[in-house]
Amino acid sequence: MQNTQTPEYAIETKSLFIFYGSFAAVSEVTMKIEKQKITAIIGPSGCGKSTLLRAFNRMNDFVPSSYVTGEILMQGQNLYGKEIDPVEVRRKIGMVFQKPNPFPKSIYENISWGAKINGFKGNMDELVEQSLRSAALWDEVKDLLKKSAYELSGGQQQRLCIARTIAIQPEIILMDEPASALDPISTLRIEELMQELKKNYTIIIVTHNMQQAARVSDYTAMMMIDDNRSGGVIEFDKTQTIFTRPKDKRTEDYVTGRFG
Amino acid sequence: MQELKNQFKNFDLHKKPRIGEDAIQGLLFIAGILSIFTTLAIVYELGKEAWLFFGDPEVTLAKFFGTTRWQPGIGQFGIWSLVTSTLITSFIAMLISLPLGLASALFLSEYASLRARSILKPILEVLAGIPTVVYGYFALLFVTPILKNIFGDVVQVYNMASAGLVMGIMILPLISSMSEDALSAVPRALREGAYAMGATKFETSIQVVLPAALSGIGAALIIGISRAVGETMIVAVAAGAGPNFTFDPFQAAETMTGHIARISGGDLSYNTIDYTSLFAIALMLFLVTLVLNLISQQVVSRFRERYE
Repeated sequence: MQNTQTPEYAIETKSLFIFYGSFAAVSEVTMKIEKQKITAIIGPSGCGKSTLLRAFNRMNDFVPSSYVTGEILMQGQNLYGKEIDPVEVRRKIGMVFQKPNPFPKSIYENISWGAKINGFKGNMDELVEQSLRSAALWDEVKDLLKKSAYELSGGQQQRLCIARTIAIQPEIILMDEPASALDPISTLRIEELMQELKKNYTIIIVTHNMQQAARVSDYTAMMMIDDNRSGGVIEFDKTQTIFTRPKDKRTEDYVTGRFG
Repeated sequence: MQELKNQFKNFDLHKKPRIGEDAIQGLLFIAGILSIFTTLAIVYELGKEAWLFFGDPEVTLAKFFGTTRWQPGIGQFGIWSLVTSTLITSFIAMLISLPLGLASALFLSEYASLRARSILKPILEVLAGIPTVVYGYFALLFVTPILKNIFGDVVQVYNMASAGLVMGIMILPLISSMSEDALSAVPRALREGAYAMGATKFETSIQVVLPAALSGIGAALIIGISRAVGETMIVAVAAGAGPNFTFDPFQAAETMTGHIARISGGDLSYNTIDYTSLFAIALMLFLVTLVLNLISQQVVSRFRERYE
């Protein structure tokens, strides 16, 4: 068990490769994600952004033939170590998906379910209210808690998914294009919410939308595929630097909209 | 460009007759109507003969529903001896097929590797292809002796338990494959959502996927019950010949379908009470199936979780 991590980092990758069979979808990623900051992963379609994001909470485990080399370290533990239980990893690293995917249960149960299976013993009503408040949804749904989550609008559903994620108190929240299926107003609300959430959580977000990355994130990782069609992080820096003084020509072309 | 345009019809937005379109619509309508018509025709035919039966001065509804001996030839019209045996064999069949079918569906859709699935599914489907008369003799010659070995002489040669058990095996692939379709139709996104909350595979399968698939599983349950209630050959061979009002599954007792099959197979002249009584039984069978279907629908809609 190594302990080379400096405490201000929530998670870091070391020479991370992600394979599908013999194909390396993501190659050689080494990056440190700072605590209580928003880190955006941008890049053209098919560059492995989502694959990289899903490696953090071991969601790629469900893809047969996928495997990982290298390390992802969180508080000194390699998430891909033999002794690590992926179920526990996912408890600590929550995820919000591209399309809102609330459970077909009541709004209340959507929040309480995760807490229940994770052995929460406290006051459930309080937890539900607190989680919904943190997701800026409480005022809209406080009288509808018994209703099905599917009666909410897309934007509300997505905030419900954020609420259920924070209900289990993860360290890190992964967001996979969380606003791409939403209208501009719902998108804005999610972005405002992210600024609120970063006070308590570390957020890693994959986005297609460069303006969004520029607006919300503190750090940006630029991904691109190489000649072997394998994705890699070509530049990782403060968001401001990436968008104003990128070091890599490809990053500059991408963020200025010249390709991708 | 203009040349290419000229090869299409002139600019004309008026309605035009589309005969092919209308013909197809008509054909599809007839196909839909046909099944409704068939059902109505069956109900009419049953009703007509059953009307004659209930019109007989000897038959009263009080006797029909209020007594437990069925022997129309000598004026005994208690339908319950046939109904109870149908309910008992069907209950035993569902007791076997529902849990086993659901469990195998869950295994196939949530746990099995592609390889295991590609081996298991065809094997399960072979079960569905076995003729029911084979199942009947399987019950009589294989299952009944086993029951006798376990429970001793309380088990009669013909008995409801072995017929019910084997009927359960027969229905198992139906329940399993319909339930599996329903489980597989649950969007991947729901499973991912559950896993991302730190749920185990079992928690995800039972608490998220299963409730979401319940309407499809309910349809499997309803069709399973209908098959069990309507199944004839297995009970005719293995459950016994002769009405018997009992709740002991180890006794021989004839079901409604078994009785219809046996009596109509023998010498029977039209317009006798024996003849018309068969239609009364059939109507009752219709009613039992309907009631059981309604109950299962209620149960399912109470617990299911809609994801659309």
